Amino acid sequence: MDAQQTLRTEVEQLVRVHGRTRTALMPILQDLNRAHSYISEDAMLAVSDALNVPRAEVYGVATFYSYFSVKPRGTYVIRICRTISCAKQGDYHPAIAALFDELGIGMGETTSDGMFTIEQTNCIGMCDQGPAMMVNEIPHIKLTEASVRSILNEYRHAALAAKKAQ
Amino acid sequence: MDPKAVHGFVGNKLSFSEVTPRDGIRMAAEMAPEDVVAIIGASGLRGRGGAGFPTGKKWEFARGQEGSPKYIICNADEGEPGTFKDRLILTDFPELVFAGMAIAGRAVGAEFGILYLRAEYGWLREHLDAALERCRVANTLGNNILGASDFSFDISIRMGSGAYVCGEETALLESLEGRRGDARNRIPFPVQAGYLGKPTVVNNVETLAWVPCIMVKGPSWFAAMGTRKAPGAWLFCVSGDCKRPGIYEYPFGTSLRQILSDVGAENAKAVQVGGASGTCVPPAQFDRTMTPGDLATGGSIIVFGPGQDMFAVAENFQHFFCDESCGQCIPCRLGNQRMLEAIGRMRKDGLTVDGERNVRQLAQTMTVASKCGLGQMSARAFLSILNNFSGELPGHV
Amino acid sequence: MDSELITVTIDGKEVKVIPGTTVLEAARTAGIHIPTLCHHDDLCSEALYQQTASTPHQGEHSHQHEESAMLSTPSSCRICLVEVEGLPKLHASCALPIHNAMTVRTTSTAIRHARRDILELMMSEHYGDCFACARNGTCELQKLCADYGVTSERFGRPHEPLFEKAEIGNIIVRDQNKCILCRRCVRMCALYQGVYALTTEGRGDHSRIATFMGKEMKDATCINCGQCINRCPTGALTERDDTDAVWHAIEDPDKMVVIQTAPAPRAAIGEMFGCEPGTPLTFQMNTALKRVGFDKVFDTNFSADLTILEEGSELISRLYKALVLKDNTAALPQFTSCSPGWIKFIEHFYPKYLPNLSSAKSPQQMMGAVLKTYFAEKNGWDPSKIVSVSLMPCTAKKFEAARPEMDASGYRDVDYALTTRELGRMFKQAGIELPKLDKTPFDDPFGTPTGSGVIFGATGGVMEAALRTVFEIVTGEKVESVFDHADIKPVRGFDGVRMAELTISKVGPVPEILSHLVPDFEWLKGATLRVGLAHGTVNAIRVMKDIEEGGPLSQCHFIEFMACPGGCLGGGGQPIPTDREIRAARAKAIYSEDATYVVRKSHENEDVLRIYREFFKEGPCSHKSHELLHTHYKERV
Repeated sequence: MDAQQTLRTEVEQLVRVHGRTRTALMPILQDLNRAHSYISEDAMLAVSDALNVPRAEVYGVATFYSYFSVKPRGTYVIRICRTISCAKQGDYHPAIAALFDELGIGMGETTSDGMFTIEQTNCIGMCDQGPAMMVNEIPHIKLTEASVRSILNEYRHAALAAKKAQ
Repeated sequence: MDPKAVHGFVGNKLSFSEVTPRDGIRMAAEMAPEDVVAIIGASGLRGRGGAGFPTGKKWEFARGQEGSPKYIICNADEGEPGTFKDRLILTDFPELVFAGMAIAGRAVGAEFGILYLRAEYGWLREHLDAALERCRVANTLGNNILGASDFSFDISIRMGSGAYVCGEETALLESLEGRRGDARNRIPFPVQAGYLGKPTVVNNVETLAWVPCIMVKGPSWFAAMGTRKAPGAWLFCVSGDCKRPGIYEYPFGTSLRQILSDVGAENAKAVQVGGASGTCVPPAQFDRTMTPGDLATGGSIIVFGPGQDMFAVAENFQHFFCDESCGQCIPCRLGNQRMLEAIGRMRKDGLTVDGERNVRQLAQTMTVASKCGLGQMSARAFLSILNNFSGELPGHV
Repeated sequence: MDSELITVTIDGKEVKVIPGTTVLEAARTAGIHIPTLCHHDDLCSEALYQQTASTPHQGEHSHQHEESAMLSTPSSCRICLVEVEGLPKLHASCALPIHNAMTVRTTSTAIRHARRDILELMMSEHYGDCFACARNGTCELQKLCADYGVTSERFGRPHEPLFEKAEIGNIIVRDQNKCILCRRCVRMCALYQGVYALTTEGRGDHSRIATFMGKEMKDATCINCGQCINRCPTGALTERDDTDAVWHAIEDPDKMVVIQTAPAPRAAIGEMFGCEPGTPLTFQMNTALKRVGFDKVFDTNFSADLTILEEGSELISRLYKALVLKDNTAALPQFTSCSPGWIKFIEHFYPKYLPNLSSAKSPQQMMGAVLKTYFAEKNGWDPSKIVSVSLMPCTAKKFEAARPEMDASGYRDVDYALTTRELGRMFKQAGIELPKLDKTPFDDPFGTPTGSGVIFGATGGVMEAALRTVFEIVTGEKVESVFDHADIKPVRGFDGVRMAELTISKVGPVPEILSHLVPDFEWLKGATLRVGLAHGTVNAIRVMKDIEEGGPLSQCHFIEFMACPGGCLGGGGQPIPTDREIRAARAKAIYSEDATYVVRKSHENEDVLRIYREFFKEGPCSHKSHELLHTHYKERV
């Protein structure tokens, strides 16, 4: 099966879970985005065909929400909160500096091994425990330079373990 | 992930912990729907999302609509900077929220509920699904709830994907329908034509959590907590430069000074009440009270200590709006961008008479001309900072 | 439904309106003008309702909720703001339905300030100068800036482009530097055309109008119909400008530059010169074209009639194959093929039905093909030195002219397809005041004005012309015996989808010109010819759905499809602005021109009959005509 066909099969499976209506568009895009870290052109075409939603509309939706991406991203998408309560914490800038330093990339970039992408996000509702960031769906709070480094190491180990398990 | 890991600090005893959700549902089940509406109406409960619309009235409108099916939507797209009470409520009291939705369903004649959970709270999903399952087993959700033959209600959870504007109820509906979160025109209202064009009640998480409490303890218990004009209590989310950030329950009418003292922020230089779309309060006004009509609030209190640069704060908020505007209407999409640039210039070069006139005029236009609440409120924080802290700008005499 | 009228007071004037009427509409009834940018008359609920009102789906006016987001006005420009007594803030009158008595003010200091601020905000990301814009003089933003006294740049102006303008290879040229994100194009493309080539991409300060994956228009599922251009309030959407190339050819002494003019532009070009819509300037235009320097001016009516003979003969032949020979490769209903927007539409969205398309080229291409063969031979012109130009109401004609397969003669059938707007500009550049010119006839041998050719410009026209010819060929009787003045009124009108029937009660002998296709017409005796029509490709979708479901349209023998609302007279290359009234006026001009002509049937066009005698000697749909006058289509993704 070529990549396009695999995607179509995947989308059909998601349609079975979420339905073949327009209301299923968000859940299906969410699942695709989670599985692949982004929603590819082929994935959008497959969704467009499966739900009979014009491809431009699918694209319009996929580009509206900040959790979605139509460009490839790392396995782990790090979203660091830039909103006021986090951004005004003393540990905020050291934590970001540690992220950049540890991963060797800047904001909006992806590590060359395809493991991490760093993005900024608006308020994630951890204002009382900032600075905070999400790694995929998991929040990390009270960040410090040291804690950022150890969090990244945990993800690296997890990825390595997952690779070995395969 | 265990939600307790990010539970956070709770500063005082919450009313929610005193109520068994099941009791609220049982009372509703044994009552005529119009009586449920009447009780909520009598309590004076108002929406906790920020707009403060009377909940009983909303339900009454929805109840009077002919369309079917009707929907109850719980707006858990909490995105206002500085707000995190939904996080706590959904962690500690999910059954209370579900009970509120079921009771709303009972009141307006809806059998379907949707909880729209923001993507940033995706880690709560498993916890909420488990709670839903418990409710179904306990028959506080499902068919013939607690044996009432005419009371069926169930809830499904749908996720957001990262868009503050989807906290605006019509944008939320668009998102649920599989579209961009562009705010709709306000007529028809969601209670008339909401989700899939059907009558829809959209209530905030906290609003719904209060519902079973009011059912169990009675409307007068609720009303007695606040002031005559503003009955009830509210959960406040306190963050920023204070010793004890966290969640605090206060009755309406509590003064800002009282709160600041409780959270350990007596030396605050400014307090942002109501998040990015709220107002910035200087120390001279700390005796103002948390009451609609005085300091209206979505529950967010962000404290700024002596060292903070208030125009950097304004810039941060404005940046937030540039990013989070749905991008549809001109005053909001472009107004916020131009406002952000103006703040940047001000921080660098100070304020000129022309410059000040222009930003004030722009702020006015954004406020009166924007399509939805996001744009209408997006200049407030900056204006209040300009009004109270312009002395911080360079070149100021 | 509450049908009692509600009284609203607008600027002190009382108006009675049906509940649900918007304040904007009510104000208009009261003669009060409220400016708009995102609202367009073609995109208000009433127009959308009429657009899809039609025969096979009578009563199915309630749109799917799925489409509701597109249907309701975005009220995004916020220019039409008004004050409502008792309500705080300002309200967009386009999105404010009247359900209770209200008092409205449409002008006040607050409103004027807000409007001017909004305009200045638009200008704050508007790169480009008015003088260098195709819409200079017809730009709605420019006009409002003038009206509201926008003289300062309080919120700044970009001094360099914020976006690259992608011109090369694109027929629909987008310049996002001038886009105000009003979404008229998005809604037009979706609601009238069903194409959905455009969407809004991104959010907040990253919002843009874009195609799928931000592709250029040439790579998008765009049918080049240009309806977006006609609705764009600014110069953000224009067609590729071919006028320089045409001027260049005209000034090249080595080239013979020949232009054919289609019927629809004649009924509209006057609008660019201050005439009322529906002022036909056919023969004044000929004078102007000669003055500009075209060597020959031919009438596309000639090749329209030629198309009817080819397409009509193909229909008869298809019917014979399908009904008598039971040949299942003869796909029915036969679809017309003269609208290049429709062609690209079916190639993208319904490729399964490509065999149903008539293989006949469009009149534009037929004219081009005979120009560089028959005409060149006859007049001893070197075809390589002929520059074939067309005047079309259409942007998609540029795409059609450039289709690689359109060169069976060894030369491009058509070198440049100009829109009405482009030619109007050329006239202005040449200092021509079109309405004041004398009349000049078309040049021979493609110059006989015929009614059947003229009505190609309106929805239903191709069908009417085909029916006039097919009926007379098959029955040997005059069509006037069934329809007064040969006006086949059942196929006229503006309903989105229409159907008509014509019973063939008697048949005549097969004319010689068709004898190679059918032995006799006995098999058609007593038959009822069923035809269908659709205009605006969203209505084509409705027809295709009906066919797929085996509905009444699947029983048709012949269906006319026009990509643009109203047919060619509403084409994407026509003067701006457009609305239903303007299109109706153009249609009126076209039908009254038809009524004045002596020759009103394609098979009576002496120029056409001559070309069959002299050149396509074996008749329509024969080997030679197939080579030059027919083509094929391909699936597109």
